[in-house]
Amino acid sequence: MSEEKIEKTSKIDLDRTEMPKQPPEIRRHNFNEVALGYTEELAIKEAKRCLQCKKPRCKTGCPVEIDIPDFIACIVKGDFSAGIKKIKEKNCLPAVCGRVCPQETQCESKCILANKKGEIAIGRLERFLADWEAAQGKIDMPKKAKPTGKKVAVVGSGPAGITVAGDLILLGHEVTIFEALHRPGGVLTYGIPEFRLPKAIVAREVEYIKMLGVNVITDFVVGKTRSVDELLEEFDAVFIGTGAGLPWFMNIPGENLNGVYSANEYLTRMNLMQGYRFPASSTPVRKHTRVAVIGGGNVAMDAARTALRMGASEVRIIYRRSHAELPARLEESENAEEEGVIFNMLTLPVRYIGDENGWIKEIECIKMELGEPDASGRRRPIEIPNSNFIIPTDAVVCAIGNSPNPLVPSTTPGLETTRHGTLVADPETGKTTRDRVWAGGDIVTGAATVILAMGAGRKAARSIHEYLMGK
Amino acid sequence: MNKILELRMIVPNMHLIKIEAPDIAKKVKPGQFVIVRPDEEGERIPLSVADWDQESGSITIIFIEVGASTSRLASLKPDDYVATCVGPLGNATQIKYYGTVMCVAGCYGIGSIYPVTKALKGEGNRIITVFEARSSYLIYWLDRFVGLSEKIFTITRDGSSGYKGHVKRLPDILHGLTQLPDIIIVNGCTYLMAQTSDVTKGFNIPTIVNLNPIMIDGTGMCGVCRVTVGGKMKFACVDGPEFNGHEVDWKEFLARRKAYMEEETLFFRRSEPKPKLHKEGKCQG
Repeated sequence: MSEEKIEKTSKIDLDRTEMPKQPPEIRRHNFNEVALGYTEELAIKEAKRCLQCKKPRCKTGCPVEIDIPDFIACIVKGDFSAGIKKIKEKNCLPAVCGRVCPQETQCESKCILANKKGEIAIGRLERFLADWEAAQGKIDMPKKAKPTGKKVAVVGSGPAGITVAGDLILLGHEVTIFEALHRPGGVLTYGIPEFRLPKAIVAREVEYIKMLGVNVITDFVVGKTRSVDELLEEFDAVFIGTGAGLPWFMNIPGENLNGVYSANEYLTRMNLMQGYRFPASSTPVRKHTRVAVIGGGNVAMDAARTALRMGASEVRIIYRRSHAELPARLEESENAEEEGVIFNMLTLPVRYIGDENGWIKEIECIKMELGEPDASGRRRPIEIPNSNFIIPTDAVVCAIGNSPNPLVPSTTPGLETTRHGTLVADPETGKTTRDRVWAGGDIVTGAATVILAMGAGRKAARSIHEYLMGK
Repeated sequence: MNKILELRMIVPNMHLIKIEAPDIAKKVKPGQFVIVRPDEEGERIPLSVADWDQESGSITIIFIEVGASTSRLASLKPDDYVATCVGPLGNATQIKYYGTVMCVAGCYGIGSIYPVTKALKGEGNRIITVFEARSSYLIYWLDRFVGLSEKIFTITRDGSSGYKGHVKRLPDILHGLTQLPDIIIVNGCTYLMAQTSDVTKGFNIPTIVNLNPIMIDGTGMCGVCRVTVGGKMKFACVDGPEFNGHEVDWKEFLARRKAYMEEETLFFRRSEPKPKLHKEGKCQG
C-alpha cells in the first residue's frame, strides 16, 4: 500500500490512543506500575485505526512473527479471547513483551502509518490482551503433543529459556529448567524493576509453563552444582540461556569505594531481594540522597528511576554522548525525565573520590564533544581538555553493560566462545560447537533485548525438536 | 528448600548447621562455599562448607551470628527448612604436596579450614595448626585436628590458652619452629587474615586467604564482592574466594565488608529495648 493511497483514504486516523499513566509527581514515590494499560474502550478505539494491510509490514518487524493484523482484528470485534490465542500461537510471554519490547524499532516502526507518525500502538494492544486474559482468571491450556520420551535440560529461566521450555513441552518432550537464583525469570526478575514489569506478571508466566508440565528447579548452578557434561548423561539435549551477567566497570580510580554499585547489584538488591521493602525484607539497602547513574541505556534508566523511588532527591544520568545517542527506549528516557531525573550529557567520569570511611563523595568528570562516527555509526565522544569538574554524590550506579557469564563456558570443554566471551552458535538453529548442546539469548549475542532472546529460543526449540525426532 | 538435620550452638555465638543437600555434598571441595537464605524474606549469605557426607547427602557449616540474617538462621530448628542452599560456589583450594603447611584459623574459619587440612594431610603434607580466639572456650573441633597436625598452637586474647595476645604473636611461633612452613593458609575473620598476611610477608612465606566479602548471587553477576588483588579488580565469588594474602588491598576490603554494618545491626536495635541503662559505659540505672 503506497503512501499516496493513504492520503486519499478519508477515514485514516493518525491519532495514537494514549495509554493512561500514573502522573510523574505521584509515581516517582511508588513502585507501582507506571503505565496503567488500555481499557476495553481504548483498546478497541486504537485497534480500529489499523488499516489491515494486505501485506502487513508490522509482522516482518516482529522477531517471533506474531500475526499482528489478525489479533488486532479480533480486538476490533471485541473477541479478546480469540485475540490472545492468536498472539500465543507465536509468543508465550505477551504480558512481558507488551511491556518491555522496543516496539518503536520493531513492529511499530514498520507500520505503514509510521510515515505519518501515527503508527498503531501494537505493544499496548498486545499488553491489553494479555492482561485481559489474566483478569479472566482462567487460562486456555493449549493441546500438548503425545509424550516423546525425550528429555531436555534448559539452563537459565530468562526469556530465552522460558521460550525454549514452552515450545518443547507442547511438542511432547520432557523439559527441566535449571535456575541459579532462588526465583525464576532471569533478568525479568532480578533486573527489570517492578514499576516497569510487575513481578506478579513474571510469576504468572512462569506458573503458566509449569502448568504445561515444565519442571523448574531453582537454586541450581549449572557449571557448579552439575556440569553440562553431567546433564548430558541424563538429558537428550541441553539448551544454554544463561544471559549476560558479568557487569562491566570502567577501570577508573575509586571504583571499589562503598556506594559504587554495578547496575546488576543495585537492581538485584531492589528487585530480586526486594530491597525496596527493607527493613521488612532483610537484604540491607542504604538510603542515598544524591545518586549518579553512569550510562544511557534502559538499565541506566531503570536504576535512576529506582533511586528516585527509594527517596533520593537528586538523581542524574551521566552519559558520554548526547541526548540523540541515548540507547534507551525513548519512552523510558522520557519517563525518567518527567519524573525529574537530571541528564548530564556529554560527560564522562574519570575518577571517584571517597571520604575518610571509604564511601564515595564526589565524581570527577570531564566534558565531551562529538567527533566523527565510530564503528557503531554513532559520533565518537572526544574529551575536551581541561574541562574537568566535580559532581558531589552519595552513590554511583555503573550501568555501562555486561558481558556473558563465564560459568558455563569455562566448565564445559569443547564449547567454543568468541573473544567477547559469547558462545559460538548458529544464528539459525542455536547449535553450539558441542554435540547436543544449543544456546540462545544474551549468552550468544551479548546484552540485547527480551524479544531477541525469545526469538533465539524459538529457533533453538525448532532445531532441538528436529534433532530429537530425527534420532 | 533444604532440610536442616542438625543445628546447635557449639561455642558461644558460633553455630553448627547440618543441611540436607545431596547434589552439593557430591560436588563440594575444600575451600568452597554455599549461599544460604534462611527464609523467604532472608538475605543470601555466603558460608564456607566445613564438612560433608556424600552417603547421607549432607553438608555441615559453622557460622557466627553477626546480623539479621545469621540471627534468623540460628533461630531455626532441626527439621525446619532453609529457603535456599545453593552451591558449591567459588574455586576449591589447590590441594597438593607443599611440604609443611601451616593452617591458621579463628572463628568460623576453624570449621572451614578443617576439610582443607584433612585434604592437605592426605597429600602427605606436614601440618602445623594455629588457632586464634578471644578465649580458650571459643576454640572448637580441637579433637578433629589432633590426628591431622604435627603441632597445634593456640593464641588467645586473654591468655587462657597458649600464647597471650592476637595473631601478631605468630612470629613467636614461627621463630620456635626448626623449619619455616612452605605455605600458610588462613581462614577466619578479615582481621585475622589481614594481620596474618602482614606478618608472613616479613617472613616471605606464601599466604593464601579465603575471603569473605558481602555477596548476593555468588555467580559473578552482581560484582558486590569485588576486591583488589595485585592491583586488579577480582570478583571473590568466581575468581576466588582464595587469593594471595600479600596482594589483597586489605584497607579497601575491610571498608567494603563494613558497608552495611549500620543496616545489619538495625535488626538488633529494633528487636531489643532501648539500651538507656548503659550510656557511655556507665550504669545510669
